[in-house]
Amino acid sequence: MKTFRSTRRGALVAALATVLGAIALPAATQTAAAPVRIGSTLALTGPLSATAQIHRIVGEIYVEQLNKRGGLLGRPVEWIVKDDQSKPDLARTLYEQLVTADKVDLLIGPYATGAILSAMGVAQRYNKVLVHHTLGIPALAKYDMQFPAWSLGSDPATTVPNTIFDALAAGPKPPKTVAVVTNKFPSIQFMTAGAREVMKKRGLTEVLFLEWDFGNRDFGPIANRVKDAKPDFVWVGAIGLDGNLLLDAMKKLDYVPPQHFYLYPAPGPLVSLPEAKNALSVTIFEDQPPFTSAPGAAEFVKLYRERATKAGLADPSVETQAAASYTAWQILEAGVVATKSLDDKAIATWLKANKVDTLQGKLRFDGLGNFGDDLMRVKQVQNGHWVVVWPKEVTSGGAKLIAP
Amino acid sequence: MSAFTLPSASLLSQSVLSGIFVGALYGLMGLGLSLSWGLLRLINLAHFAFAFLAAYLCYELASRGLDPLLTLAAIVPLFFAIGAGLQGLVARFAITPFNSLLLTFGLTGLVEALIQSVWTADFRKLESSYAEQKFKVGTLFVPVPELITLVLAVAISVAVWAVLRHTDLGRALRAAAEDAPIAAAFGVNQKANALLLAGTCAALASIAGVCLALSFTLAPSQIYAWIGVVFAAVMLGGLGRALGPLVAGTLIGVSEAVTMAVTAPSWAPMVSFTLLIVVLVLRPGRAA
Repeated sequence: MKTFRSTRRGALVAALATVLGAIALPAATQTAAAPVRIGSTLALTGPLSATAQIHRIVGEIYVEQLNKRGGLLGRPVEWIVKDDQSKPDLARTLYEQLVTADKVDLLIGPYATGAILSAMGVAQRYNKVLVHHTLGIPALAKYDMQFPAWSLGSDPATTVPNTIFDALAAGPKPPKTVAVVTNKFPSIQFMTAGAREVMKKRGLTEVLFLEWDFGNRDFGPIANRVKDAKPDFVWVGAIGLDGNLLLDAMKKLDYVPPQHFYLYPAPGPLVSLPEAKNALSVTIFEDQPPFTSAPGAAEFVKLYRERATKAGLADPSVETQAAASYTAWQILEAGVVATKSLDDKAIATWLKANKVDTLQGKLRFDGLGNFGDDLMRVKQVQNGHWVVVWPKEVTSGGAKLIAP
Repeated sequence: MSAFTLPSASLLSQSVLSGIFVGALYGLMGLGLSLSWGLLRLINLAHFAFAFLAAYLCYELASRGLDPLLTLAAIVPLFFAIGAGLQGLVARFAITPFNSLLLTFGLTGLVEALIQSVWTADFRKLESSYAEQKFKVGTLFVPVPELITLVLAVAISVAVWAVLRHTDLGRALRAAAEDAPIAAAFGVNQKANALLLAGTCAALASIAGVCLALSFTLAPSQIYAWIGVVFAAVMLGGLGRALGPLVAGTLIGVSEAVTMAVTAPSWAPMVSFTLLIVVLVLRPGRAA
């Protein structure tokens, strides 16, 4: 009897196990599809952290969208992001850790030139593809399997200043004298040096040249020097908040620069400053037509606006940093999808031979340092908004450069 | 362009004024640090974090409509309590001066993370009626926020000097710093005095923070940008001296500003540290 009952109980347990097993099977199969792990660092703390927040939000949006589309190769995607504290040396260690300890499948770049170069060294050592966000000096990109998402072109120190001076020359008051003031941050100094050469070739007179160290606090004397030099145009090799601080200092002296340009400003804080009226800068993407007509752009712009507002960012609109970040993910996804593999060499070979549809348009990677075309445009603060004013074919609603 | 240009008189005088203003802030920020280091033997790196936390609190309260200077009524007592609390912790665990450096460095990181989580790493600028105000004296432009900082720095430094020099409390504090056992033998209540002084130092940091918010744009990472130059002002001014940081800070501020006016701004940071090295070489007892 005992045996019978025991046998019957055993049969019941077996049946139950079979049923539960059948129910659990899809879930188990899903668990078996381990996620594709993509590793990166971002400057989540430290002096570059304000801009890194943009890249964090973009990465989260992209991974969510990617997983909604079914992930990569039918597997969900997991993004492992570590804080490099704005320190290139720490970025190097963390990328090493991502490859050797976390054993990620793919790498994606950090933001800012110093950290990108550190990551590139590690990627090269382990033969990993590295798609990166905003490398400002293409000549430093020596590694064959690195791919830039910021379409600066191969010689931005010449082409970008030329675009800016073309815009000014076509404007209502072409400048004759220029004050050049710049941060000594490497990618800024590099572009400013190029701008000085371009100015010389164009016959413009440099009436002032000043440099300051990254992290400078007192812009009063610099504003004073600019005012004293009485230039037609001020080139500000600005990064982050330099432009705001300089304009604040100028305001205290009752000085308004006639025409003024800021290289890589924190776009939100600058546009919200009343003194930044008519300020010029450069961009690869703005939250306006025709940029927003790129496939997927409108949805991304909407999502980013929501998330950035929720995160308390001063400017929730998509511009260069967010666009370059999104582009980096698009490039990596295109490589994996086209090759149907996570093989770094196959992805790199495909990317070098093909163009990728991105938020910025079709990008190619066959130029010097795998850079393609220079897609930098000139934008201006008009009525409290950034408006693209040059070249004409990408302006919205016939916007034109204003000179007071 | 040559590295050296002869500045115009108006450029030079405006630069000197700008240097005095920024130097006053160096002095105000250095005052609490100097007292804490010189009289309590606590090298409080968190002093800078406290200043920035106060600046953010001022920004927050001012953005809700409160006058930035009125926020001092809430911020100063709060930071007094924080400073006294930190001193209680240091005394409880008998933390040495060197370990206090490590402890407060860690605390700075925590405060930075706290600021970042509440206000994000994005830049914040306090918009107030003071920011727009300036007046002209001859050819010189005098911005009101910087003038407020200068007035506060001078008034507070003189007041602290007077307390240390002419009151029993001041004498007790100086005596305890000089020789704690003898001071205790004379009935000095060191524990209570230390709590009072540490609270005052943190309160001074918070006043410097409010001045910082009046004139500068805020970002959590900028906490570290002030450490070097303020340390130089403190060491040049002499540890535990009330007027020293203000005088040294002004000297550094003016030197930096004039350097920026006649050479390049990138030379300015060298000035403070060169001055520090020169003083330490010529008068090594100054920073003891």
